[in-house]
Amino acid sequence: MIIAQLILEGLATGACYGLLGIAVVIIYKTSEVVNFGQGEMGMFSSFIIYHLLVNYNVPFFQALLITLALSFFMGILIEFLFLKPVKNAHLLDTIVLTLGADMLILGLASWKWSYEQKQLNIPWSYEKIHDFQGIVISDWAIAIITTSIVSMVFLYLFFKYTKFGIAMRATQQNKFATKLMGANVERVFSAAWAFSSVIGALAAMFFITRSTLDPACMMEPFLKTFAAAVLGGLMSIPGVFIGGLMLGVIENLFGFVWPAWKPIVAFVVIVIVLCLRPSGLFAKHYIRKV
Amino acid sequence: MEMKREYYEDIQYFKKKWVMVVAAVFILLLFTIPIYFTGYSLFILNLIMVYVIVAVGLNILVGYTGQISIGHAGFFAVGAYAMILLMTLLHMPFILALVLSGFISAFFGFLLGLPSLRVKGPYLAIVTLGFGMTIMHIIGQANLFGGRLGLQAPPLDVGVTQLGLSWVLTTDVQKFYLILIITIIMVVAARNIMKTRIGRAFVAIRDDDIAAEVNGVDLLIYKTLSFAISAFYAGVGGGLFSFVLSFVEPFQFNVLLSIIFLVMIIVGGLGSIVGSIVGAVLITFLQYSLLKNVRELPVLGDWLVAISQKWFTVIGLENFNSMILGIIIALIIIFEPKGINGIWLRFKKYCLTWPFK
Repeated sequence: MIIAQLILEGLATGACYGLLGIAVVIIYKTSEVVNFGQGEMGMFSSFIIYHLLVNYNVPFFQALLITLALSFFMGILIEFLFLKPVKNAHLLDTIVLTLGADMLILGLASWKWSYEQKQLNIPWSYEKIHDFQGIVISDWAIAIITTSIVSMVFLYLFFKYTKFGIAMRATQQNKFATKLMGANVERVFSAAWAFSSVIGALAAMFFITRSTLDPACMMEPFLKTFAAAVLGGLMSIPGVFIGGLMLGVIENLFGFVWPAWKPIVAFVVIVIVLCLRPSGLFAKHYIRKV
Repeated sequence: MEMKREYYEDIQYFKKKWVMVVAAVFILLLFTIPIYFTGYSLFILNLIMVYVIVAVGLNILVGYTGQISIGHAGFFAVGAYAMILLMTLLHMPFILALVLSGFISAFFGFLLGLPSLRVKGPYLAIVTLGFGMTIMHIIGQANLFGGRLGLQAPPLDVGVTQLGLSWVLTTDVQKFYLILIITIIMVVAARNIMKTRIGRAFVAIRDDDIAAEVNGVDLLIYKTLSFAISAFYAGVGGGLFSFVLSFVEPFQFNVLLSIIFLVMIIVGGLGSIVGSIVGAVLITFLQYSLLKNVRELPVLGDWLVAISQKWFTVIGLENFNSMILGIIIALIIIFEPKGINGIWLRFKKYCLTWPFK
């Protein structure tokens, strides 16, 4: 029974990792940029919703909509300011560039809201629990799992059936051919950042509801998310989500047996997995030709 | 500009006589620094030199060998803790402990180099990141390392106590000379390494590892060697760092420190020893000196406080340096991907070819 409970909680945390991981993957898939600023972008969005809720007393759902709209534009803005001007960027350049964006957002948030810890309250509380024959599930867990499934389905439909989604997939495969086919590749990049910013904002909101809201709060969840994304292979959206769920469960089980080492289980697992399968569990490993 | 036509040109130290003179004068000037600076500035200078060592080491790995490491704070921590433990528990003499802590760190570097043979790009980034986090947590958990409370550095005794020679350095000025000498040795050694077969093998791996392997560069040896050398530098830097601060605790060695090491070499210029020195000096100065007390700056400080009171929080102004660093990184990568070294190269080219373009 306790194992089932632990797995369930792990799945809920894993869904958080998965959702944020999807945000990382959308960007990586279209432009091969690993966005190290994802966590901090989500943190900033959470601060916006906190600000709206506390200082302006906006009802929650309006506040959420405003925040998501702002996150949408924040994603576009960051892509426009940081990534667009760089030509022929190497991997290291883009990594450090997103780290720069990350530090800028971090500085801005802590300038605006300072380092005090705050509590973000959303209608799906972590304390409100339902009991199913001994297995306890909270509103929060239900909400995060529902949100992640809905966004997965939305993304699946979007990538499969809309013209723009097809353009995004085409960009991933061959940027220049997509350009020749008349798709606006620049807009695809902006859209990828916008989508990932919105999804990251949702994921961060759920992360932060469980812990506290301060400028550094998303640092560690993001690193674990990134580990989960790498576990899933950084390339496929379902793969990353499954990677996130696996990581959540593994972490929770380990944390129960060996609480002191919970924070690093994720990384040990990742290093082992990567040594065995260098491109993650679910990605096809391409042999590079010279 | 960096064109070499024969082997002799590649291995020579100075292209022209006057460069040698300038370098000698510069090093002499470095030795007179304690005359102009005292107190906190001297402490900052010690810190800068420690970071110079680490940045030079990181540049060997990232700039010359083309691998990625976001876990260098881990090696730094290994060096710092190994240094303190070797000196307090085993009572080793300073120099031996310093070299040994470098080698312990290098051993970890060798271990981390092994996955780099298979894992590339963002995947390597996460492996190194995981390494840094793991080291930080192990240090934070184990009692041997003082847990979260950290460790106190022993008195800095340069002599060999076993032979009855004891020379305890207490002031910042004495520490300054010690660290300066070690830094100069390390930097010159790095420059030498890059001019040998090993250095050229590193550059070959950076440009194309498969082509390098075809040409007889053993990737197993040279990739792990690059990690090991880089970790050795970080370890020595960490060993000195523990004496500069005379106190270490696990959370000093977080991911942000690794990122700042990367920022140093990117701002200074990848694949350039002088560039990494300049980057380390600049970033450390910005972080610990100029932007730490942004409120006390003339004009700008008052202006920022006024803005903070109106729209932001005044307490949060302490994190202003994070913003500035972010903007600097973005500007450097967007406008000058080769860093400050790139600006210098263009300036040199302009001067040498003037008035032609």
